[in-house]
Amino acid sequence: MIIASLAFYLFSLMAMVGALNVIFQRNPVHSVLWLIFTFFNAAGLFVLLGAEFVAMILVVVYVGAVAVLFLFVVMMLDINITTMRRGFLTYLPVGALIGLVLLAELALVFGGWAVAPAADALRAAPTPNMADIPNTQALGQILYTKYAYLFEVSGIILLVAMIGAIVLTHRRRVSSRKQSIETQVARRPSDTLEVVKVQTGRGVSL
Amino acid sequence: MAELVDGYLIPFAWILAKILVFVVVVLVGMAYLTYAERKIISAMQMRIGPNVVGPFGLLQPFADAVKLMTKETVVPTGASTIVFFLAPMITFSLAMIAWAVIPVASGWVISDLNVGVLYLFAVSSMGVYGIVMAGWASNSRYAFLGAMRSASQMVSYEVSMGFVMICVLMTAGTLNLTQIVEAQRGMWFVLPHFPMFIIFFISVLAETNRHPFDLPEAESELVAGFMTEYSSMSFALFFLGEYANMIMMSGMISILFLGGWLPPFGIHIFGHESGLLWFALKVCFCLFVFIWVRATFPRYRYDQLMRLGWKVFLPFSLVWLVLTAGFLVYTGRVH
Repeated sequence: MIIASLAFYLFSLMAMVGALNVIFQRNPVHSVLWLIFTFFNAAGLFVLLGAEFVAMILVVVYVGAVAVLFLFVVMMLDINITTMRRGFLTYLPVGALIGLVLLAELALVFGGWAVAPAADALRAAPTPNMADIPNTQALGQILYTKYAYLFEVSGIILLVAMIGAIVLTHRRRVSSRKQSIETQVARRPSDTLEVVKVQTGRGVSL
Repeated sequence: MAELVDGYLIPFAWILAKILVFVVVVLVGMAYLTYAERKIISAMQMRIGPNVVGPFGLLQPFADAVKLMTKETVVPTGASTIVFFLAPMITFSLAMIAWAVIPVASGWVISDLNVGVLYLFAVSSMGVYGIVMAGWASNSRYAFLGAMRSASQMVSYEVSMGFVMICVLMTAGTLNLTQIVEAQRGMWFVLPHFPMFIIFFISVLAETNRHPFDLPEAESELVAGFMTEYSSMSFALFFLGEYANMIMMSGMISILFLGGWLPPFGIHIFGHESGLLWFALKVCFCLFVFIWVRATFPRYRYDQLMRLGWKVFLPFSLVWLVLTAGFLVYTGRVH
């Protein structure tokens, strides 16, 4: 168990170092890289909890997809750091407020367990016994039976959000001349190519 | 004290020894993959290929390695030095850590994870970081363009790769790589999932930036893409990372579709299953096809690549996923 607790302190320390660096790095690209590092340590903490499926999904979704797009955008933007720093004090109250609200919500969640014994009991046995089945199966059983409707509703919300994003940003530019793959694929050699047998010394007129 | 030795030190040393064996084998395999690539392509183009260093040019990879190590390391002005050197290290180590979950024979695996497939998928989806970081940190136009291309290419093909994997693991009913191989004892998944096998192979070509999808380093347009500014060992790490990735992906194809270490038609050589041999043969077969494709096909245009990924592979694999699920439920294999 020594190794497990050592690993816990290592991951949490590194997650905190990473999170602080996300805020304090001057270069936005470095910030995103530190964010990725933080995600990794969070995944490590999940593995220590025995939630291997959640850990891997965290890496696949956040590190493998979300953060890539993040990095992509931040790299393209070419952000000027001095102008970014200028608004720091004006935005500070808003940021602090959001932080406080999140903190209060966390306190409410943990406080709820202490106040209501029913909520705590629900937390104690959320899934079938983890010793019997792998936790991927446990998650699947709980998501697709008990919370099937909520799960599907969240899927539909994501789908709508995705379609909305595409509709809002997609526009057909008149000025750009796109290649039409269909006509390219439909083109046959006989449409454009003529093979001519040329007699030696005669030449051919086309 | 005895508890410390028995409980921690001996298992630790044992794991370390296993890792060392895997690393050495993969490194030597990588070195000879570069040699095999040059020899096979030269044979296909009716040339001789490397034949000077050692018998049949067999020592050529080591000569190349020594040459690369003795070159000068050049860092471009304006480069972000730490990220610049971090990028090749990430590429290389990602290609190596994937081997932690790949079972090369029955029970021969460093870590028999319950979520092995997801681990492999996570590792392969992170491969894009090495390239993007290299492109950004080099502070060079060509490198940056190469990195941008590669990022969108790899993200696009991951999606259909993910769907193909879901088809396979639904059929196997598990995320554990050892159990996926065992599930293929009756029939390798290449037979029922043949279209998915083709899609997966092509997606892997795109994911590893191999021909005909090597747009991130298309030399006719981008000099050398994201590797333009790299030299010496940092270049070597990128280069080796690419080949290690090829071997890793071939291992993945063998496990998911070609029955991993299982012998074809239950052939037993020397009286037992000889899993390692069959696994190695399958990996070699996949690698040969990788090289064969390189010698045969011209490079794709960028918009063709994106169209293939999003408009052909993605809908097709999605339909196949639904068909697989329907078949499994209809035949009563899942409840």
